[in-house]
Amino acid sequence: MDASHPIHETVNAVYLSDSRRVLATLIRLLGDFNVAEEAMHDAFRAALEQWPRDGVPANPRAWLVSAGRFKAIDAMRRRQRFDSLDALGESADAGVVDAAAWADAESVEDDRLRLVFTCCHPALSPDAQVALTLREVCGLTTEEIARAFLTPAPTLAQRIVRAKAKIRDARIPYQVPAPAELPARLDAVLRVIYLVFNEGYTASSGASLTRHELSAEAIRLGRLLVELLPEPDACGLLALMLLNESRREARTSPDGEIILLDAQDRSRWNRDFIAEGIALVERALSSRRFGPYTIQAAIAGVHAEAPTAAATNWGDIVGLYDVLAQADGSPVIALNRAVAIAMRDGPAAGLALIDGILDRGELSEYRPAHAARAELCRRLGRTADARASYTRALALARQEPERRFIERQLEELS
Amino acid sequence: MKYLCLVYLEKDKLHAVPDSECLACGNGLRASGVLLAAEPLYPADTAATVRVRNGKPTIVDGPFAETKEQLAGFYLIDARDLNEAIQVAARIPPAREGSIEVRPVRELQPSRESPA
Repeated sequence: MDASHPIHETVNAVYLSDSRRVLATLIRLLGDFNVAEEAMHDAFRAALEQWPRDGVPANPRAWLVSAGRFKAIDAMRRRQRFDSLDALGESADAGVVDAAAWADAESVEDDRLRLVFTCCHPALSPDAQVALTLREVCGLTTEEIARAFLTPAPTLAQRIVRAKAKIRDARIPYQVPAPAELPARLDAVLRVIYLVFNEGYTASSGASLTRHELSAEAIRLGRLLVELLPEPDACGLLALMLLNESRREARTSPDGEIILLDAQDRSRWNRDFIAEGIALVERALSSRRFGPYTIQAAIAGVHAEAPTAAATNWGDIVGLYDVLAQADGSPVIALNRAVAIAMRDGPAAGLALIDGILDRGELSEYRPAHAARAELCRRLGRTADARASYTRALALARQEPERRFIERQLEELS
Repeated sequence: MKYLCLVYLEKDKLHAVPDSECLACGNGLRASGVLLAAEPLYPADTAATVRVRNGKPTIVDGPFAETKEQLAGFYLIDARDLNEAIQVAARIPPAREGSIEVRPVRELQPSRESPA
């Protein structure tokens, strides 16, 4: 077929908009990730052949699911592997079950949620959850994921193969968790999405500060989750990502240097993201059963609504950190709370809290703790202490822009 | 599908859960048709490890690996999928003292010459 044929473009468009939905339903019908993936590609190949001749079907997605299912069953018969049909679970039934089983819109939407929960199953390693989610739910290629995480492609491919084998061998079910399990399982999904976002927002290592595609993918995942399962903290996480993302343009200079929140040009913040984020925070807060992501989003919202850094309502921010610290006693949150208190009550009050945290040895290897201590010492005129802490922070920095930023701070001290 | 739930406990916690509670748990699981077999084990220092090399068995005392937690017992269960197996494992009393490793049971395939 001529690649410029208009139907070719239609098939491409359907692939972009619907291939993940088709895959999600085929996994349910065929009971195996690899078989379903092959079936989906066969179905799109069949579309390229048949649609130019027969026209585009009224419901392309249903056509593709149906074609994929028949292709898979055909392939199984051709390979004369009837003995393995049992191993494919419900696949044998899928061959006789009426099309109504998958045409039902609700169960098809559930398929995408099933896919998300299966990819983020806590029996899979966190690395595997992230890789599998980006591969299966977002449709990124193995090479794209490998590049984004600075991991060799074969390592990443191996990780995905092992995860799929575990799903099959340990029989991780393809289902949305029961209500009793939902909160814990949703937390796992939110953690994966936020990890992807953060890897794109503050890359853990490497030459550049951010990898925009990963953050965009995480926001897309967040939107999908809110659409499928509008739980308060799912809204909270999406809000948090949007509010952080709104500052992306303003947080680095054209030559890639870090610009801290108080020095950012707020006219460069993305107002659409801020408006959407704040509406989501309000929606989550009004549910009264929100979690830590919602509180963090509310904090980001206070920053977003301040016209200037000086006009920031630090009282509100400290109050929100108090709530967050109660829900999550992690030292990183205690550190952020200490910085907010320094802004509200002066550097001495914040420094006392940070020294307390560092004395407990909890964050002694955490660069931002030393950088924050250095900054407060500098403001108090304790130059020698500031230099010592910046030097410690510099030793812990793993990113080029971070290193340059701390080096500039050190130069300005002298 | 069968799953083997391996109970791991630190040595000083081997008797932290009363036998009566484990018995009751086992009876409950057996009554609901989930449990195929379950046994507690004597401590790891009662073990002998056997290897056969060049056709000759050698025997040494103790378990293969020295770890903080030791195998303290097992439950062989029949569950629909991993989620159900995890739910059962969470009901095993020593889960609150140590840990339960849930492993799917593989079926032997006589046609397979060597492990893949």
